Amino acid sequence: MEHNSLNERAFISDHYIARSSAIAARLVGGEMMIMSAVDSTFFTLNQVGTAIWQAADGRTPLSEIITRTICAEFDVGHVQAQTDAEQFVKDLAEHGILRISDQPIIEASPLPPIPA
Amino acid sequence: MSLLFEANQKALALGIPLSVHLDITYRCNERCVHCYLDHDDHGELTLPEIRDLLTQLADAGVFFLTLSGGEVLMRRDFFEIVECARGLLFNVKVKTNGVMVREVQAKRLRELDVEQIQISVYSHRPEVHDAITKIPGSHGRTVEAIRFLKSQQLKVVIANVLTTVNLSDHTGVMALARDLGVPYTLDPTITPKMDGDKSILDLRIEGSELRKVFREETLVGDVEEFCAPPPPPGDDIMDGYPCSAGHTACYISPYGDVFPCVQFPLPCGNIRKQKFLSIWRDSKQLNDVRSIRARDLHVCSSCAHVGTCTRCPGLAYMEGNMRGPSTADCEKSFQRTGIVTANMMMGSRGRPTTPLIQIQPIC
Repeated sequence: MEHNSLNERAFISDHYIARSSAIAARLVGGEMMIMSAVDSTFFTLNQVGTAIWQAADGRTPLSEIITRTICAEFDVGHVQAQTDAEQFVKDLAEHGILRISDQPIIEASPLPPIPA
Repeated sequence: MSLLFEANQKALALGIPLSVHLDITYRCNERCVHCYLDHDDHGELTLPEIRDLLTQLADAGVFFLTLSGGEVLMRRDFFEIVECARGLLFNVKVKTNGVMVREVQAKRLRELDVEQIQISVYSHRPEVHDAITKIPGSHGRTVEAIRFLKSQQLKVVIANVLTTVNLSDHTGVMALARDLGVPYTLDPTITPKMDGDKSILDLRIEGSELRKVFREETLVGDVEEFCAPPPPPGDDIMDGYPCSAGHTACYISPYGDVFPCVQFPLPCGNIRKQKFLSIWRDSKQLNDVRSIRARDLHVCSSCAHVGTCTRCPGLAYMEGNMRGPSTADCEKSFQRTGIVTANMMMGSRGRPTTPLIQIQPIC
């Protein structure tokens, strides 16, 4: 089941996350700029946020992204990484930038090109 | 400081063209009396060329892409261009007259998550609008298009070009925009035709009328603040650059020519001959534009308005010197504040050739 809002339920790291296609995105100086087509909210993601968003392919559970990408590549403990990542994913989902489901998501938006 | 401002500063520091305005055609189904374009096709970029260009722009870091013309829907492959642009995750804005936008086109624009559609409306009175476009029935079609687009929950903005023909109608267009539930933008910019013909400049509104527009609270907000005398400029102003043209933005014509801005006809290269990034980084002309700082301006550096004037380097270029004043902007600064500009004091006050202003009314 896909969740558009997490207000009525606790978030579980074992859910799958996928980049929405209803966005504009570009990598600028190592950080992702994203604008929601839903409400035109503009975000810039730091390097950790960018890594989560890039890994959100719809086939990898958030827990795996936290372990294999965040904890492995950044200097952060697992508990802190999980807390921050869950809040981050919840915030982006509320603006339609990420999709969340307890099942794998087939269609994730492509990644923007890496600037030359 | 907004996130967008920060992103723009970052792009500026990294030399990234954050915004590109791409005209995909100069052909049009209207013949607006004030239009500066030649509506013939002199060899537009093909769809494969545009796809390649869009890929290059994405690689260069372009985020904001404006598709305009001409009338964009005169291209039968318009939606394929938008599909390609959205597939590359650009934030896409479209400028159109709306005449060819019906329910099916509106629905497709929604499906493609186009950020905004700007539509030109010249009057709330059909006879005035149609007299400007020279197409009977165009007003009705354009207003219908706005309704189709709104019904798809798309963001629509009405752009109202102000000329001597429709001078008294902007309050009516504002009311129409309110009724339609869309924002309204006023633009008194009239530029010479591409072939150098300046006859259409007779359609520009007089300075005294501009003065009245600057004092309309519904357009400018706090009139006292908007029309306040300019504060003395600090070093940050004198070391600053005039606008985003050539710094974080540029314009590309339907023929692949790259310019600093749609209003800055300084050719910098052609994407049929060079890669976009090569033009963006290495063009002598673009680097010349980038080198200009306020303290380098021949006349304007000594002007009281230097920190607040909307001086357009493109209009200055069209007057003969991109480091010189733009008399249209001198006129605007004067009409806004009542304070004579340095250029006027030097005796060169003349008819402003190209008034330029974008006013967003307060909601």
